[in-house]
Amino acid sequence: MSEEIRSRVGRLDIPWNQYGIDPYGTARDDLVWFFEAARALYRSYFHVQSFGFENVPARGRAMLVGNHSGGVALDGLMLIAAVFLEMDPPRLAQAMIEKFLAHVPFASPLLSRVGQLTGLPEHVVRLLRDERLLLVFPEGARGTAKLFWKRNSLVQFGTGFMRLALQTGTPIVPFGFVGGGLAIPTIANSYKLGRLLGAPYVPLTPWLLPVPLPVRLAVRFGPAMHFEGSGNEDDASIEEKVEQVKERIRQLIGVGLEGLKSA
Amino acid sequence: MRVLVPGASGMLAREVVRELLARGHEVQGIDARPWPGAPAEVPIHVVDVRKRAAEDIIRHFRPEAVIHMATVTHLREKSEDRYRINLGGTRAVFEYANAHGVGQVIFVGRHTFYGAYPDAPLYHTEDEPPMAAHSFPELADLIAADLYASTALWRMPNLKTSVLRICYTLGPARHGTLAAFLRFHRVPTVLGFDPLFQFMHDHDVARAIAQCLEAKLHGVYNVAGPPPLPLSTIIRGVGHQPIPMPEPLLRLAFGRLGFPSLPPAAIAHLKYPIVVDATSFRKATGFEHRKDEGQTIEAFRKSLRESSPRSVVS
Repeated sequence: MSEEIRSRVGRLDIPWNQYGIDPYGTARDDLVWFFEAARALYRSYFHVQSFGFENVPARGRAMLVGNHSGGVALDGLMLIAAVFLEMDPPRLAQAMIEKFLAHVPFASPLLSRVGQLTGLPEHVVRLLRDERLLLVFPEGARGTAKLFWKRNSLVQFGTGFMRLALQTGTPIVPFGFVGGGLAIPTIANSYKLGRLLGAPYVPLTPWLLPVPLPVRLAVRFGPAMHFEGSGNEDDASIEEKVEQVKERIRQLIGVGLEGLKSA
Repeated sequence: MRVLVPGASGMLAREVVRELLARGHEVQGIDARPWPGAPAEVPIHVVDVRKRAAEDIIRHFRPEAVIHMATVTHLREKSEDRYRINLGGTRAVFEYANAHGVGQVIFVGRHTFYGAYPDAPLYHTEDEPPMAAHSFPELADLIAADLYASTALWRMPNLKTSVLRICYTLGPARHGTLAAFLRFHRVPTVLGFDPLFQFMHDHDVARAIAQCLEAKLHGVYNVAGPPPLPLSTIIRGVGHQPIPMPEPLLRLAFGRLGFPSLPPAAIAHLKYPIVVDATSFRKATGFEHRKDEGQTIEAFRKSLRESSPRSVVS
């Protein structure tokens, strides 16, 4: 176990109890091996390039909001690794994960021990009021289902995140993630196989299973966006704000793609 | 204050009675079971709370408050019997109290009201419905009793009613669902799951109930102490061994091979957490727990080592 990871975990702004557990069930020791593994993927397997950390608040509540890229939530894992490995002091990004994972043996406690909770509005509000850093993919499962030839497009955004950001006065830090569609080129999604496994679907690649290729990935954070409101506005005005975030993410994806080409 | 405690002979209720005495209250108990060695100043009336004699005790003692702890929680009792005892008893307590000018009733309920299910929010708040009532028939009577008690909030406007949903208790009384489950050296868990469990020290529970009494709370409140811990951490903390078993095997193992006897529905409680947000209660009463999670586990561990017979440690 490397000292780097251990010392970074120690510098996280999280109230551990005497067992090294926080009020959400995150375990300090589990974070160490989790980030060891994540770092290997981040640095050695994929070579993730990341930019714009000056836009991520060093402390206090914030919502990282971006696009899904790749058939499984690899993008989420790399995002969590990025703000942990590259920021000083490090931050623990807490993703709002798919509901079905709470049923899945081993995945359910594992995600809980590394600070990843089910995507529920109650969790969003509670974590933000606790000044945590949230990771949100408003495309949801629709986003991970993107097929290879649509990999850099954006599908419909949910609007819940915007209402919750307004309600809690939380800045939104947009990001664009590119390369995940090359790592896991989904040619089809098997919804039948998904039902069998209790998942929404299973992405299929030319080599069948969604085992990612060791490609280059890039993530780019843009300047924080602050919106005014109560979260109680009508759908049209919320959608208009969501569209602004979506547009910013689209631009960040464009910059990211240029970067990957020239690298 | 003159306080009547139906169910006073229960292990947790005894702690509550002692706490009330220490705070200078005058206490009497009603219980179908005797309490040998009860404090001399506490008369324990051995009657069924649903019987006429219980009402007469209220007429004579004229309590200012009733703390209703006469619900059966252990799963040995047959469901129909439990239903009658828990709902009939709760109804009787509220009706006597309302008829005889008692100012305040505290219903001592449980946080398992919310149920264990996968897409639940980690911290339950009082406004949530009991979403898992259908999946655990053995707990349905307690959920019904909780909801029934809440109706007193509007049906009996002269009564201060508090419905408490208290998390698991742990400590020297060695009483309660979690304590009973952890008593065994080999504690079965569901392979692939390790839910958070929320518990507080017996003495803190007694203090919380006493503070609820003194603050004359009117409403539904979650009651909890320290933040929750993973089940495996608690089992090891007690000095016992978690035995992760595949779910189908675990169903068969309940009640055999030295494993605790639990209904199949209890498996959900070993997979998913039930954790409550007790912020409102703390705000309304100023309650702070004195024993943290480590001290609570240690107190329970020590009491398990000290004596195997179920004697009460005060």
